[in-house]
Amino acid sequence: MLIELKGIHKTYDNGQPLHVLKGIDLSIDNGEFVSIMGSSGSGKSTLLNILGILDNYDEGEYHLDGHLIKGLKEREAADYRNRTIGFVFQSFNLIPFKTAVENVELPLFYQGVSRTKRREAAMQLLDKLGLANWAKHYPNEMSGGQKQRVAIARALITHPRIILADEPTGALDSKTSVEVMDLLGQLNREEKVTIIVVTHESGVANCANKIVHIKDGLIGEIELNSQHHASTFDKNNIK
Amino acid sequence: MHDLFTEIWSSVRRNKLRTILTGLAVSWGIFIIILLLGAGNGLMNAFMKQSHDFATNTMELYGGLTTKPYDGLQQGRWVPLTEQDVKILQGPLFSDHIDEVSASVADGNNKLIEGTRTYTVTLYGVYPANKDMNGEKILAGRYINENDLNERRKVAVISDVQAEDLMGGRDNYKAILGRAITVDDQVFTVVGVRRSDRQWRDTRIHVPFSTYKLIFAYDDLVNKITFTFHGLRTQKENEAFEKRVRAVLNRAHRAAPDDEGALYVWNRFTQNMQMNRGTDILTKALWVVGIFTLLGGIVGVSNIMLITVKERTHEFGIRKAIGAKPKDITKLILAESITITALFGIFGMLLGLGACEVMNATIGSTSMDIFGESVKLLDNPRVGWGVAIEATIVLIVAGTIAGLSPATKAAKVRPIEALREGKG
Repeated sequence: MLIELKGIHKTYDNGQPLHVLKGIDLSIDNGEFVSIMGSSGSGKSTLLNILGILDNYDEGEYHLDGHLIKGLKEREAADYRNRTIGFVFQSFNLIPFKTAVENVELPLFYQGVSRTKRREAAMQLLDKLGLANWAKHYPNEMSGGQKQRVAIARALITHPRIILADEPTGALDSKTSVEVMDLLGQLNREEKVTIIVVTHESGVANCANKIVHIKDGLIGEIELNSQHHASTFDKNNIK
Repeated sequence: MHDLFTEIWSSVRRNKLRTILTGLAVSWGIFIIILLLGAGNGLMNAFMKQSHDFATNTMELYGGLTTKPYDGLQQGRWVPLTEQDVKILQGPLFSDHIDEVSASVADGNNKLIEGTRTYTVTLYGVYPANKDMNGEKILAGRYINENDLNERRKVAVISDVQAEDLMGGRDNYKAILGRAITVDDQVFTVVGVRRSDRQWRDTRIHVPFSTYKLIFAYDDLVNKITFTFHGLRTQKENEAFEKRVRAVLNRAHRAAPDDEGALYVWNRFTQNMQMNRGTDILTKALWVVGIFTLLGGIVGVSNIMLITVKERTHEFGIRKAIGAKPKDITKLILAESITITALFGIFGMLLGLGACEVMNATIGSTSMDIFGESVKLLDNPRVGWGVAIEATIVLIVAGTIAGLSPATKAAKVRPIEALREGKG
């Protein structure tokens, strides 16, 4: 198992304790395309933060690729995030004063890869995603879809085992949403990258092969969705 | 390195005005430091100008009044120095420290008559060693030598201004060599011209000690004894040696060995030591004042770095999410802080060095009349490379201090900040 969660609890304490995750058990295997679905407040974002080692948990165990992820030092956590996980965010989170290619190569910079090598790798990846002409452009000169593809390129540059996408289509129109989800699907099929998408849109969730429903901090139903029953991005499916 | 500077530049570029305004405070601080140190140096140079030609390891001895009764003699008795004292000092008793002994004698009111004009001059009977001990510079001819002394020759060395006076014309002093001058009805041949500092009319005429004694004095009294010494490094050693000299000479004059009034000792070496200590303190004080001025700039830089960190919280979150370690973020902020401080500091330093040059060209080249003597207020008010290097080190340290708290703050940004919406 690539990811194994056992009895994960998480309580936020902002004046008043808020028990967000109440014992999550979840296993995700290598090469899976999973969507985590739930309404806002269900705890899905918290779960994603824990999966991405952006946040810690109070109880339980999280094994990532066989390693127990608990009480890591900042430095170690940074290393895991850098090498094992690629993030795709709802609002892209590109660094505004860096060009597309500079954004893409940034994770390699933090690995200590030399300038020419990382520039080469970033250009290759952008080319593959059809963005070669946009390499020298700043994020604010690009459309939402382009930005998200740059963000995906940035997530892919370190060849991570997992891509964690948090509402990757949240800021996109339906047409580009389809493109982005197709791209993720393609990466899953062709590059065998494990993809975990957190969303509240059933249309987006439907692109995945497995849908994990989360409700009130607990895993509800786990749907196998290899047939992709619902039509994606149908007007009726997007809330 | 290249990547770091690219990052710094892209950050600074977005906040040009803010960075420049804050940076100028640093420039101002370092400018003040350089200017103060330059002016301080000028002041000290002007102050020490007089003494710097002299051999530094000399002591001067003068006679004095006894302050206590001794050997049946009353206090308040005048004790003059004598040639006997010179012999004692030259003798084996003090050969462990004393190198050369020179004495001079003068009575202070001699008349030099040249044609119809009369000048008031002072004849000094001197030893040849006087030249080096008092840092006399010979512009033409020679100084009094051993043969003059032994043969009691009637030769004289006069100052350049005096020579020009006699020859009538500036820079005409060479013409007097070999000429005869008449002082108190005695004829001397001028064999050399001394450089005076031209700040006052130097009317001192040096003649051989033995000649002076032969012509003018029927006693063996001496006005001043100067000697050079070696092997006395500390204040303590000097004081002990002074005490020894005083004890021996006092006894020769039937004064109490520990009577500090009977023999006046002036030690140029310890004097210099004290002066150096004084200038050290002055320099340190100027640094302190300057650093306090610089502190304002540093607080400013620290402040904008804090604002920068606050503005970039989201960005640092993103960086951390994609693998930046706390160290990477710290480095980013510290480097930016040091770069801003150092660049503006060096700018201020260059301005300061320029201002020192201006000061040198204006105040440094004018002199004022104080009590009839022309005195330079500032002499060479500049700082050396050492100070420039020190100032650069101070800047780098200052930049580090300024960046320290913002950098720690930045390093503490949690990667979860990346997920906060709204920016980016």
